[in-house]
Amino acid sequence: MARLAKRTSGGSRRPRSRTLVRWIVLVGVGAYLLVPLLSMLDFSTRGAGSSRTLEAWKAIGSFPELLSAIAVSLELAVLTVVGMLCLLVPTMVWVHLRLPGVRRTMEFVCLLPLTIPAIVLVVGLSPVFAWLTYFFGDTPLVLAFVFVVLVLPYAYRSIDAGLRAVDIGTLSEAALGLGASWWGVLFRIVIPSIRGALLSAAVLSIALVMGEYTIASLLNYNTLQVVLYQVGLRNAAVSVAVSLAALMFGFVLLFVVSSAGSRRRRAAREESTLAPLEAGLQL
Amino acid sequence: MTQGADLGLTDVGDWDLGVDQSPRRARPGGALKSLRPTSRHLGAVPFFGYIAIFLLWPTIIVIVGAFQNDSGQLTLANVTTVLGGSTYLQAFWASIRLSAETALAGGVLGALLAWAVAEGDADGVFRRQVVAMSGVLAQFGGVMLAFAFLATFGYAGVVTLALQRVAGVDPLASGGWIYSFTGLAVVYTFFQIPLMVLIFLPAVDGLQVQWREASDNLGGGSWAYWRYVAGPILLPSFVGGLLLLFVSAFSAYATAAALISQGSPIVPLQIRTFLQSEVVLGRANVGKALALGMVVVVAVVMTLYAWLQRRGAKWRA
Repeated sequence: MARLAKRTSGGSRRPRSRTLVRWIVLVGVGAYLLVPLLSMLDFSTRGAGSSRTLEAWKAIGSFPELLSAIAVSLELAVLTVVGMLCLLVPTMVWVHLRLPGVRRTMEFVCLLPLTIPAIVLVVGLSPVFAWLTYFFGDTPLVLAFVFVVLVLPYAYRSIDAGLRAVDIGTLSEAALGLGASWWGVLFRIVIPSIRGALLSAAVLSIALVMGEYTIASLLNYNTLQVVLYQVGLRNAAVSVAVSLAALMFGFVLLFVVSSAGSRRRRAAREESTLAPLEAGLQL
Repeated sequence: MTQGADLGLTDVGDWDLGVDQSPRRARPGGALKSLRPTSRHLGAVPFFGYIAIFLLWPTIIVIVGAFQNDSGQLTLANVTTVLGGSTYLQAFWASIRLSAETALAGGVLGALLAWAVAEGDADGVFRRQVVAMSGVLAQFGGVMLAFAFLATFGYAGVVTLALQRVAGVDPLASGGWIYSFTGLAVVYTFFQIPLMVLIFLPAVDGLQVQWREASDNLGGGSWAYWRYVAGPILLPSFVGGLLLLFVSAFSAYATAAALISQGSPIVPLQIRTFLQSEVVLGRANVGKALALGMVVVVAVVMTLYAWLQRRGAKWRA
């Protein structure tokens, strides 16, 4: 409502000095944020003299370790999303419907990873990983178990917003009353009505997994960021090119989700799909 | 917390029991309340069990390990080594200073940017672009941000070369500042700004246009509005944002690790040394004491934050 009011009565009556200050801020702070990104573009396309070349970008294909690391990180992203959804969705729906008393505890637990730095977690993870390697063999994919924990705060906020937006209590009572099973309620009633929230939870998780460095590097697994750093020691231009591509990939992912969210929001006045990004940090 | 701890020990297989009972008993009228409390709680067991293994167990290993020697006996030696060793205390001091300075710089610039963005269309493409970009830069960047700044201010960086060519000054004459504490501060501020935008934007959105109009109608100028209306309203959110920014910088590892390979000026890099190198006998758990120290600092700041949020909520109501 506030936003609506702002839009209708702001605009034309806004004093010119305020517009000027706004532009100074946008240009000044914007420059700080954009210059390094544009520098990456310049750096990765720099040729001999002042010529431009796409050599660094083409060379990405000639680093097999980079390609396999990208594959590993994508597989990890998929596993993390699947694990996160399997762990979080049934439990959150169950808590929402039947254990309202546990809700505060669950929220607290889900936001805990924000207050335990990854560098601290990794110190205590070696016995856990000894077990994981024992059970699953020596594969980087076991990292997904920990990444599920890392994405919890963002995924929780996102799914929680989705669950609050629809009255699943009434819907599931109705479905149960008509003879549906618990899993029927979950898959045919709840999940379809919160799919926007699930999508944003998934996207935030993918972005986080693709950017994770701390745990992977200190446990010696070759994920995208780890190999990116190693390649950077030999060929900076290639690493800069891949970094820029990865940042753009993340940007496009988040932007598409926010666009989908805002279209729906206009129709249903729902909360922003990127709200968990905005609120994910607020304990 | 206690929930996770005691439920985590229960057999995870019982989950199916709790679930299967519900549809059978799910007949019209109070279907959701028909289960006995204990069997209802079984539904939350897998989740809390998972958290117990992958979050609580490692944390407990760190905390307990900080008070153990190499053979597992209780000792305070690790903690006194950290508190007594000037290297470690200096690293903590440097970490705290770095986090505080970049939180303040990034907080002020980020709050200004949040205001400038909020002045625009709430559903506009520009705003969504800013939010999406902020998400990427603030939370998913890590190593890639280090590369961005090497491409900008490194020895062959774009700004470095431009300054040499155009202005004839060599910003790196006194050494590679980007690889030092100053460099860390510049890069950290870079990810603090978008983080503050994400945190502060909802607060700025909460400012009602009617308040501005009321202030204007009573004869107040811009100064009066910001000093007596918007400022006091936004202050708790702003300070809260600064505390979150502090925690984010204090916990950050990837950017610093990618930028600084020699020496360990801040605590996360000190911990890296303990994890990567062969550690001197009898000191293997000093790394855990350092990690415990980080947990303590973060816990203090987050307690402050929670207290501030409670006060803010009371004040608004």
